[in-house]
Amino acid sequence: MLRPYFAIMFLMLISILFAVVTVALSHLLGPKKTTKVKSDPYECGVTTIGPTWERIPIKFYIIAMLFLVFDVEAVFIYPWAVIFKRLSLFGFIEMMIFIIVLFLGLIYVWKKGALKWE
Amino acid sequence: MAEVRYLTVNMGPQHPATHGVLRLILKLDGETIVGVDPVIGHLHRGVEKLGEVKTYHQNIVFTDRLDYTASMVNNLGYVGAVEKLLGIEVPKRAQYIRVIVAELQRLAAHLLWLATHALDIGAMTVLFYAFREREEVLNILEQLAGARLTFSYMRIGGVAKDLPDNFIQLTKDFLKKFPARIDEYETLLTENIIWLNRTKNVGILTKEDAINYGVSGPVLRGSGIKWDTRKAKPYSSYEEFDFEIPTGTVGDVYDRYLVRLQEMRQSCRIIEQGINNLPEGKIIADEARITYPEKDRVKTDIEALIRQFKLASEGFIPPPGEVFHSVEAPKGELGFYIVSDGSNKPYRLRIRTPSFVNLGAISKMVIGHLVADVIAIIGSIDIVLGEIDR
Amino acid sequence: MLFFVVETVIKTIVVFGVFLLFCAYLTLAERKILGHIQVRIGPNRVGPWGLLQPIADGLKALFKEEVVPERSDKVLFIIAPMISVSMALCLMAVIPFGDHITLFGKKINLVIANSEIGLLYLFAFASLADYGVVIGGWSSYNKYGLLGGLRAAAQMISYEIALGLSCVGVIMISGSLNLVDIVKAQAGGHWNVIYQPIAFIFYIICALAEINRTPFDMPEAESELACGYNIEYSSMKFSLFFIGEYAHLMIVAAVATTLFLGGWHGPYLPSVVWFLIKTFLIVFFFMWQRGTFPRLRYDRIMMLGWKVLLPLTLANIFVTGLVMVLAR
Repeated sequence: MLRPYFAIMFLMLISILFAVVTVALSHLLGPKKTTKVKSDPYECGVTTIGPTWERIPIKFYIIAMLFLVFDVEAVFIYPWAVIFKRLSLFGFIEMMIFIIVLFLGLIYVWKKGALKWE
Repeated sequence: MAEVRYLTVNMGPQHPATHGVLRLILKLDGETIVGVDPVIGHLHRGVEKLGEVKTYHQNIVFTDRLDYTASMVNNLGYVGAVEKLLGIEVPKRAQYIRVIVAELQRLAAHLLWLATHALDIGAMTVLFYAFREREEVLNILEQLAGARLTFSYMRIGGVAKDLPDNFIQLTKDFLKKFPARIDEYETLLTENIIWLNRTKNVGILTKEDAINYGVSGPVLRGSGIKWDTRKAKPYSSYEEFDFEIPTGTVGDVYDRYLVRLQEMRQSCRIIEQGINNLPEGKIIADEARITYPEKDRVKTDIEALIRQFKLASEGFIPPPGEVFHSVEAPKGELGFYIVSDGSNKPYRLRIRTPSFVNLGAISKMVIGHLVADVIAIIGSIDIVLGEIDR
Repeated sequence: MLFFVVETVIKTIVVFGVFLLFCAYLTLAERKILGHIQVRIGPNRVGPWGLLQPIADGLKALFKEEVVPERSDKVLFIIAPMISVSMALCLMAVIPFGDHITLFGKKINLVIANSEIGLLYLFAFASLADYGVVIGGWSSYNKYGLLGGLRAAAQMISYEIALGLSCVGVIMISGSLNLVDIVKAQAGGHWNVIYQPIAFIFYIICALAEINRTPFDMPEAESELACGYNIEYSSMKFSLFFIGEYAHLMIVAAVATTLFLGGWHGPYLPSVVWFLIKTFLIVFFFMWQRGTFPRLRYDRIMMLGWKVLLPLTLANIFVTGLVMVLAR
C-alpha cells in the first residue's frame, strides 16, 4: 500500500537534488564581481522611492480567505464524487444543498463587492 | 481617520513599455493608480539651442532626430517653415514628392506604433507582421534617400533627388498588397474580445479635455474632433488631394487605435493620388542664393561650384522676421517657430512637438486605472522621447 | 521487494531524465513554433535547426554570475526557485504515460507511483510549486517583483478552485482519484471529453491561468512589470523558474490527456506514443494561442475566475450529477 509513496519520495529526492546541485554548480562556476549598484533592486534604472515591503492591499487577503472557503468545499466534493455512483439520489440532493449554500455565500461576497478590483 | 499609504513605483526610464526613456512615478493603491508624475529629459540633446548655431541648411539634419520614426515629416515641417520665411515657391513636382514620401513615412510610423502598442498589450505576433510591412516601406524610402531612418531628404526649396526609376513601381506594388495587410491586423485585433477588453473605455479623453490640453493628431481625433493640419491649413499642395479625416467617438484607447488604422488607409489613398498625378518638372526651386545647384553642374561649372561652396559654408541670409509653420506629423501637429535676425543662422528655433503636448494629458487619462492600463494608454498616445526631450 | 526498489529507482531516474529533456526542448519548440507563426524562423544557429540551443542556454545559465540583491531575504531568495522547480518536477510521479511493458518476464507499469489519490496529489503539489513564485517575488525586495508575486498568488489560488472543480465531473464518471483507473475507465473510445466537453474547456482555460500563460500571463507580464516575480533573478536560479514553468506546462497538458483525452489509449501505435502525441497537441495549442492573443487585464482575470468559471464549474457538477442520477 505504501509502495507508491516510496516512488514519490524518491522522485522528490531527485528533484530537490537537481535543484540544489544546479544552483550550487552555478554558484561555483559563475564569476563573482559584486558591486553596490549591481545588488540594488532593479526598478527601471533609478533608485527606488520608499520602502518595498509595505502593507499589502486588503484585497489580496480577501481573495486568500475566499480561496480557503472554496478550496475546502472542493476538497469535500472530491470524496463525494468518487463514491457518487453508490450514493444515488439522496447523496446527490445532499451535496447540492451543500453547494447551493456555498453558492449563496459566493453571491453574498459578490454583492458585497469583495470581488471588485477597481 | 485611517492613514493611507501608497506604494510608489518608478516606471521607466529603463522599462520595456514606456517607449524610450520616459519615467513615470506612479502612486499605487494596490494596483490602482492614484497619482502619476511623468519625468522627462533623459534624452535631452538641445536641438533647439543647437539650431541657433547652425545654418538653416545644417538644421535639417537635426530635425531627423526629433521624432526618429518619422524623419521625413520633420524635414518637411522645418523646410516648410524656412521656405515661408524666405517666401520662395516650391516646384509642383517637389511638392507632390514631398506628400508621397511624407505619407509613406506616416505608414511606417503608424506601423511601428501598431507593432509596439500591440506588443505592450501582449499581442506579440502583430509586432512581427507590422514590421514586415514597415520593412517594405523603409526599402522604398531607402531607394530614394539612401538611409532607412534619418533621411534628411528634404531641401529648402525642394527635395534632394528626383525619384529613382523603380520608385513608382515599388510603391504601386506595395499599395496593391498593403490594404489586405491592414485587414490582417484587424482580423487579429479589432474584434478580438481580449483586445476590446483592454482598450475599450480605457484612458478616456473627452472632447473638452482634448481641447483644453491642446493635444493633436490621432489623440485629438480619437476624441471626436475633426482637426487635421493637412485639411485645416493645407501645405505642400495637400488641398489637391482627396482624403478623409477619421474620427473616434468616445476618446478611449480603442478609438485612437481605430483612427490610426483608418489613417493608414487614407495615407494609401493619398500616395496613390500623388503617384497618379505626379507632375513633371523641377524638383527644387532655382533660387541662386538659397538652393543648391545640381551636382553634375558643380563639377563642370565654376559658378555652380562657387554657389555650392558659399551655401555649404556660409548658408543664406533670410530677411529678418518670424514665422510659424506646422505640419501634420504621425503623432500630431508638429510646428516650427523660427525667428530670424537677418543673419545666416536662426536667432531662435522653437519646435512644438506633438508628443510633448499629448503626454501632458496622461494624468487625465491614467488616474483611476490599473498599472496594465498605463501601458495601453502610453501606447495609444504614441509618444517618441526623441521629440519630447528634443 | 528488491525487484520493486530497483525497478522504481531505474524507472524514476529514466523518466526524470526524459522529462527534463522534454522540458528543455519545449523551450526550443516554443521558440520555433512562435517563430513560424510570426513570419520568422526562430533559433537556427546552434546545431542543425538550432537543436543544440537548449543545451547552450543551459550551459550559459550555469556560467553566469548570480546576483543576490543586497536587501533581499537571501535564504528565501535562493530557496524560491528550488521550490518552484522541484515541486513542478515532482508532479510527474502520478501521471500514467503508458500501459505496461514486459521486461525480463516482469510486468512493468508505465507510471512512477500508482497512487490511489493521484489527482489530489497533483493539485497539492501544483499549489506548492506556486509558493516558489510568490516567495521569489516577495523576497527579492523589488516592487515589480512584489507586484508580480502578489498577482501570481491571487491568480493561482483563484483558478485552482475552478481547476479542481472542473475535474469533479471526470471523477464522478470514473469513480476514482487514481489516474491509472481513470485512464482505464476510458478504454474503448469512451473518452471523458465526450461526456464532459464543457469541463474540458474549463479545464484548459483554468490550466492556462494556473501556469501563467497568455492570455493570463499577468505575473510576469513583460511589458508592465518588466518581467514580474523573476525580475531580480539571474543565472541558474532564473533558469530553474523557467524549467519549473515548462515542467508545469507539460504536466498540465499530460493531465488533460489523462483526464479527458483517454490517456494512453489509441489504436495501432504503442501506448506511450499515443500519450505523447495527445500531450504535445495540447502543448502546441498552448503555444499557438500565445502567438494569437493579447494579454487580459488583471482585474478581468480575477473576474473571469470568480464570477464566471467558479459558478459555471459548479453548474457543470450539478448537471453531471443530475444526468447521472436520472440515467440510472
